[in-house]
Amino acid sequence: MGKVIVVTSGKGGVGKTTSSAALGAALAQNGEKVVVVDFDVGLRNLDLVMGAERRVVYDLVNVIQGEAKLTQALIRDKRVETLYLLPASQTRDKDNLTPEGVEKVITALKNAFDWVICDSPAGIERGATLAMRHADVAIVVTNPEVSSVRDSDRIIGLLDSKTLKAENGERIEKHLLLTRYDAARAERGDMLKVEDVLEILSIPLLGIIPESMDVLRASNVGAPVTLADGRSAPALAYFEATRRLKGETLPVTVPGEKRSFLGKIFGRKAA
Amino acid sequence: MNPFRFFSRAQSAPAARERLQVLLAHERAATGDSDLVNKLRDEILKAISKHMQVDDEKVSIKMERGAQVSTLAVDIEIPFNAGKKAA
Repeated sequence: MGKVIVVTSGKGGVGKTTSSAALGAALAQNGEKVVVVDFDVGLRNLDLVMGAERRVVYDLVNVIQGEAKLTQALIRDKRVETLYLLPASQTRDKDNLTPEGVEKVITALKNAFDWVICDSPAGIERGATLAMRHADVAIVVTNPEVSSVRDSDRIIGLLDSKTLKAENGERIEKHLLLTRYDAARAERGDMLKVEDVLEILSIPLLGIIPESMDVLRASNVGAPVTLADGRSAPALAYFEATRRLKGETLPVTVPGEKRSFLGKIFGRKAA
Repeated sequence: MNPFRFFSRAQSAPAARERLQVLLAHERAATGDSDLVNKLRDEILKAISKHMQVDDEKVSIKMERGAQVSTLAVDIEIPFNAGKKAA
């Protein structure tokens, strides 16, 4: 039985789709069977970021409406053979996403894959709540910036009330993925500190992804950044986050710092 | 080593531009249900199901939308006794 992950944020443009693609690819590059599901009906972009935009035949709405079988809608990645994409519909309205339909699709995917990664649309409407509904684990993507942190807090509230796990009185596992982290701005003190964001949101840190040209370049060529350049700083950060997602305990690398974040906290020498 | 690393030294923006042009050309054509590839896909399946019971699980459809040429590959498993049902 696979694990269902929702990548969510509330705010748009913080890196949900980039992170969904990168984490999905990183897991698949380690041999895990992964499907990344685009829930942004009407404004799909995961296909474009993953370089599969010319190969979309059927989509999530087609499957939910019974117009296509799930296997026909899944697109296998051309680079990593255990990586699949289930695209969102570009032309349909998101009212076509029914709770029953989504449940059926997620259940089927859970049986066939190790990881089901749901790329949530921005906002707190139907698309976003349906994307998080069946999640075992939530990844809250946040930029070190006031409006993003505020929206993340709102989303954490929804995760604790609107998900199936929450309704059943269980705890949904939540992780913070800090993206677009600018080491130079952090150095100057012009950016919210990692510690500040963690203190405000009080959920464990999955990783810190540095702001990087490599992310833009990867989306230009249609490849998750872990595939476009696996040695780049953001790719290494995503690989690290993936290991943590799989249960490993390891110190978080802070971009621009030699010593790890935890190493800095616990390993600080007395001055 | 990593081929993408080599290419990333070259500009990636032209690739972005080209990909967007092809994609948007297809998406704009698709509004109003005039997308030829989709139409062909649906009509091929309809024509075949007239003559035999099409098992959805045995149908694989692949598309590749290009700037000049798009390809549509419909792969259908036809069982030995499929014709009898229609007869």
